[in-house]
Amino acid sequence: MTRHSALLLQFLVLIIPLLLGLAILGWGREGAYVLHGWLIAGAAGWGMTWLLDKMNDDAPEIPLEYKDDVIKWGVLACFAWGVIGFTIGDVLAWQLAIPSLNGDMFWSNFGRIRPIHTTAVIFGFGGNALIATSFYVVQRTSRARLASETLPWLVFVGYNLFVLLAVTGYPFGITQSKEYAEPEWYADLVLLITWVAYLYLYLKTLSRRAEPHIYVANWYYLGFIVVIAMLHVVNNLAMPISIALPKSYPLFSGVQDAMTQWWYGHNAVGFLLTAGFLGMMYYFLPKAAGRPIYSYRMSILGFWGITFLYLWAGSHHLHYTALPDWVQYLGMTMSIILLVPSWGSVFNGLLTLNGAWDKVRTDPAIRFMMVAILFYGLSTFEGSFLAIRPVNTLSHYTDWTVGHVHAGALGWVAFITFGAMYKMVPWIWKRDGVYSLRLEAWHFWLALMGTLIYVGAMWNSGITQSLMWQTYEPSGAFTYAFIDTVDAMIPYYWMRAIGGFLYLLGALIGSYNIYMTVRGARLPDEGSDAKPLAHPAE
Amino acid sequence: MDHAKLERNGIAFALAILGVASIGGIIEIAPLFTIENTIEEAPGMRPYTPLELAGHNIYVREGCYACHSQMVRTLRSDVDRYGHFSLAAESMYDHPHQWGSKRTGPDLARVGQKYSDDWHVAHLAAPRAVVQGSVMPGYPFLSETRLDTRYFSEALTAQVRVGVPYTEEQIANAAKHAAWQADPEAEYEDDLIDAYGDKVQIRDFDGNPNMVSEMDALVAYLQVLGTLVDFDALNPEEIAR
Repeated sequence: MTRHSALLLQFLVLIIPLLLGLAILGWGREGAYVLHGWLIAGAAGWGMTWLLDKMNDDAPEIPLEYKDDVIKWGVLACFAWGVIGFTIGDVLAWQLAIPSLNGDMFWSNFGRIRPIHTTAVIFGFGGNALIATSFYVVQRTSRARLASETLPWLVFVGYNLFVLLAVTGYPFGITQSKEYAEPEWYADLVLLITWVAYLYLYLKTLSRRAEPHIYVANWYYLGFIVVIAMLHVVNNLAMPISIALPKSYPLFSGVQDAMTQWWYGHNAVGFLLTAGFLGMMYYFLPKAAGRPIYSYRMSILGFWGITFLYLWAGSHHLHYTALPDWVQYLGMTMSIILLVPSWGSVFNGLLTLNGAWDKVRTDPAIRFMMVAILFYGLSTFEGSFLAIRPVNTLSHYTDWTVGHVHAGALGWVAFITFGAMYKMVPWIWKRDGVYSLRLEAWHFWLALMGTLIYVGAMWNSGITQSLMWQTYEPSGAFTYAFIDTVDAMIPYYWMRAIGGFLYLLGALIGSYNIYMTVRGARLPDEGSDAKPLAHPAE
Repeated sequence: MDHAKLERNGIAFALAILGVASIGGIIEIAPLFTIENTIEEAPGMRPYTPLELAGHNIYVREGCYACHSQMVRTLRSDVDRYGHFSLAAESMYDHPHQWGSKRTGPDLARVGQKYSDDWHVAHLAAPRAVVQGSVMPGYPFLSETRLDTRYFSEALTAQVRVGVPYTEEQIANAAKHAAWQADPEAEYEDDLIDAYGDKVQIRDFDGNPNMVSEMDALVAYLQVLGTLVDFDALNPEEIAR
């Protein structure tokens, strides 16, 4: 494709969100929804004029460098959404400890702002971290510049538009109530278009690689992109009521909807929060430690094991429910087997550090990554354990699940992200290391303490509440009314809120450290190793 | 297979991922639509009335599912506390399902007719005034907000498109049906019973006869939860799985 026809194609695709936005702002009858119409149409219109400009310009000289400008914005978005998401998360934790903090206003209650927390951390923080690092990794491991000058920007803007539409809709009640897939149909469409562009860009860049083999980190990023596309489409099939309203009804109902939702929900964990971040680990850990990946064979087994098995495990969210038993047992079995490839990745990561263990002590970024792998090992073991039906009777519907998720999210996802960011930021801004190793260490210890307090509190509260629900008097009556089991939670809710606050404090220090790193002095050019190989003209 | 070959072709790799990753879903989800005994024959199940459906929409909008499940599992401690375990049929008209994943508050699958309307109205407005130690937020604004019935026919049409069996007559009269259900003075009981059966609860749910509010809708929805299926008429073989 010539440069001009590529720009024209992008221009034509943007007509879809433009019309969508115009229809919403024209026919919409609810304030927040109309505002979303303006945002979508505005973003699409901006993109189209920008592309028109580019079409009129002469073809610019594309420098023989990696395209890192968009990655820098990705880092910024990652930290901004992270701080927003952690803050809202801690507000929610305090609302449970002190319920009057709900404010009892329509926009401020727990139910409406909880998805702001989950969306901002999973898609805002996690998603931006993955997109930014995937752009970094695919260029370095392919020795090739990103395959388009414009598409990376459209992907970045489209993706963050999706997150913005999502989190600004929830306080106004715009949600389809499917956990981690709350955004309504029009935001889902924006993400779908963005995601197809992302996949195209990724494959196109891979096809330009100067290396014969696709490096393992890219397998995981590719797994993340492909599987999230499949999950997103199937789980969000819905029928809008009218263009006047944001509301839609999902295509499936009851038992089929529940199974589809947890097939989605569990694999948003499996492919966004696991596979994507394993991709991050497979590049940044060996690079930072200066050691090759321990075992290539283990990478292959780990990758295909996870890609095959994860998709079967969703039904363990529905033990003892009205879902047919055969699906429950199948989900349990696959969840247990899933531990094998998961721990394969754990060992592959940890053993990569052989010969570089001293750096765990001296380099907080490597310490972040090492502890991230430990938490990954812990959470995957816990996940397989909780998927066993009798164990699930104790954990399900309680804070234990919440603790499990946060061991993974705080301990694994965010730790590996912080570790990778502390390495990547000085690399792309060409700085001589992070602004302050001392602050980086403070971030590490605050984050670790926060996570341990959080997870410890949730283990205790979950098991306590579950046992109280199941305690009988000799007469056969329950010992505890439901509200007694709520009372028993209050001390743990306080602990959790304090742990979350420490974690937030660490992230704020980290953001400051990143900011000061970016403001620091630029290093001289490092020579040809930091450049793509010359690519024959198309 | 020779993995080195796959590693040299990005598109083949992406297709391989798609193929391997889709197997689990195809085997676990697709049969749920075709195997007949996935959803039992449950006498008494019917689609929601327009007022109840509006309540379901409010339940979704407020994120109630974040803290309340609607799924009584087959465990003794669940059945003893909440009642007969949930059947798949009981959520067959829930687009989306509200089974939930967390019980910060109790399960609501069978909350219908367990408490009075007054109790629900007072509790939703100020939970701690009714249940000391509750951590639930208050929803005083529901009583003050008039229920928007403008798009009820469109809502039922959309429900039909995803498979809920509303009739032409039910669709055409959706807004009227909603208003009548919350207003016993209107004396259209017979029309509602004709349209939705004799289990329809017709009363002024929120205690304010001057307005059909969002509180009316939410309480009407809560009061119907788990009450439709006639468990005495149920064939025990249907639910033995």
